[in-house]
Amino acid sequence: MAELANLELTAEEEPRMQRDLNAILEHIAQLNELDTTGVAPLAQVAEILGGEKHAHGENLRADAVVASISRDAVMAAAPETDGRFFKVPKVIER
Amino acid sequence: MDLTIDGVRSAVLSGETTAVAVAEAHYTRIAAEDGPAGKGINSFLALSRERALAQAERVDAAVRRGDPVGPLAGVPIGVKDVLTMTGSPATAGSRILEGYLPPYDATTVSRLEAAGAVLLGKLNCDEFAMGSSNENSAYGPVRNPRALDRVPGGSSGGSAAAVAAEFAVASLGTDTGGSIRQPAAFCGVVGLLPTYGRVSRYGLIAFASSLDRVGPFTRNVKDAATVLQVLAGADAHDETCSDQPVQDYVAEMQRPLEGLRLGVPAEYFGEGLDPEVRAAVERTLDGLQARGCVIQPISLPHTRFAIPTYYVIATAEASANLSRFDGVRFGLRASESNSLAAMYRKTRDAGFGAEVKRRILLGTYALSAGYYDAYYKKAQQVRALLAQDFLQAFTQVDAILGPMTPTPAFKLGEKTDDPVSMYLADIYSVAASLAGICGISVPCGTTADGLPIGVQIMGRHFAEGTMLQVAAAVESL
Repeated sequence: MAELANLELTAEEEPRMQRDLNAILEHIAQLNELDTTGVAPLAQVAEILGGEKHAHGENLRADAVVASISRDAVMAAAPETDGRFFKVPKVIER
Repeated sequence: MDLTIDGVRSAVLSGETTAVAVAEAHYTRIAAEDGPAGKGINSFLALSRERALAQAERVDAAVRRGDPVGPLAGVPIGVKDVLTMTGSPATAGSRILEGYLPPYDATTVSRLEAAGAVLLGKLNCDEFAMGSSNENSAYGPVRNPRALDRVPGGSSGGSAAAVAAEFAVASLGTDTGGSIRQPAAFCGVVGLLPTYGRVSRYGLIAFASSLDRVGPFTRNVKDAATVLQVLAGADAHDETCSDQPVQDYVAEMQRPLEGLRLGVPAEYFGEGLDPEVRAAVERTLDGLQARGCVIQPISLPHTRFAIPTYYVIATAEASANLSRFDGVRFGLRASESNSLAAMYRKTRDAGFGAEVKRRILLGTYALSAGYYDAYYKKAQQVRALLAQDFLQAFTQVDAILGPMTPTPAFKLGEKTDDPVSMYLADIYSVAASLAGICGISVPCGTTADGLPIGVQIMGRHFAEGTMLQVAAAVESL
């Protein structure tokens, strides 16, 4: 799971994490007491607030060019950049 | 000068004081009492002096010229450090964003400033807003100004503490499962959770996008209504922000209470509720009845499933949202990685604290192939049932009232070893979060030891007006 989440756990972290996650999963298992057959899953509350309008795209903004944040301002916060692109360690070994 | 919005604004307008003097007085108080970390309250992570004083001077100049000024003219306000504000770092309470300077303002930040507010700085919080005690901040815990050995609640602990300690007249917090309302109750201030979609989230560092909301902390109900008025309304930068018309909250708040039907859910008065909290809430109910409210017992039958539902949905969404912290575009990058994959892992290992890792792992698990239906889909189905509970209740009552937290503020370190018991501190707050309805915590007394107690009022979607009406009545009891 840590690999899937791109996390690395130290040897000290691992047992505590396992204990905690097991306790939380045990708590979550309560949900199985409920029969939810036929209940439609709710992902976003907009669905119960008449999300019709959203579904038909009536409130999409006009498709017009507007100024966005400058590349310089964004790149200034990057750990490594050549000013135009983000630089990362080598991806493909050959 | 009365340290409320009306008090500060009218003193600045009348020339009794200046916005600069008000800001300086607040900075003096912060310098004297907020630090140092480990001893003081530790609510501010960064002060935005330059920006605040430039804004205060603009307000003073407008007053001198006789130009109209905004509803928050000269009012000093703090901002939770999960919202972006140019000129100040945005850390989200995490090492992974240490020193990150965001290139734009959150909509809530720019709206406050456009209304004349003086933004003092960024407030401490649990890392990525994950926590109920503010002990998960990478920059040290916040202490409760009402009892320094106790937690201020979380995740917006700094926002609640700063308002309680009079470091700011108001502050912005965020609430995903209780992070505005629970610390408001622990610190004895007002904390307002607007309806999902009422307030823009542009510039909010996302935790769980179907739940995250931004709202104010203040020392009285009218101030909360005034700040909400400034924050509420559609935003072209946030598609999830609703274009529903915005009510006049101060006018709504002042409407007569006579005949209003208040639902009292049996499930919020069960096992685990501290007797002093119960007694304070029952006294509040008696007072409201005497003012003409009709008190009606109701049932929200799925309440006990709210916490497990929340911890599946919030962590699943967090695992996706937090994947953007990978050392490529902003914040920390672990040095000496010989591949991209190793760089991701080392950066995230060094940058995230234990609770954030716990939640990312849990969320990854809940979304993984083979477990998706059993966890994520199941939780979304129970979320639908929890929302139905409220919709059903609101066919019979105008607002719902109950305790905000099962106990008053607990001691620092008391629950840090047991995540499940920490999660249960949010037992009365998460259901409203999952259903998207609005809620507010209002002080309703103290324990024999002087710890604040909060009562929660919950309202229908986009019915903040009715909720504030009840809140104002509670405050006047």
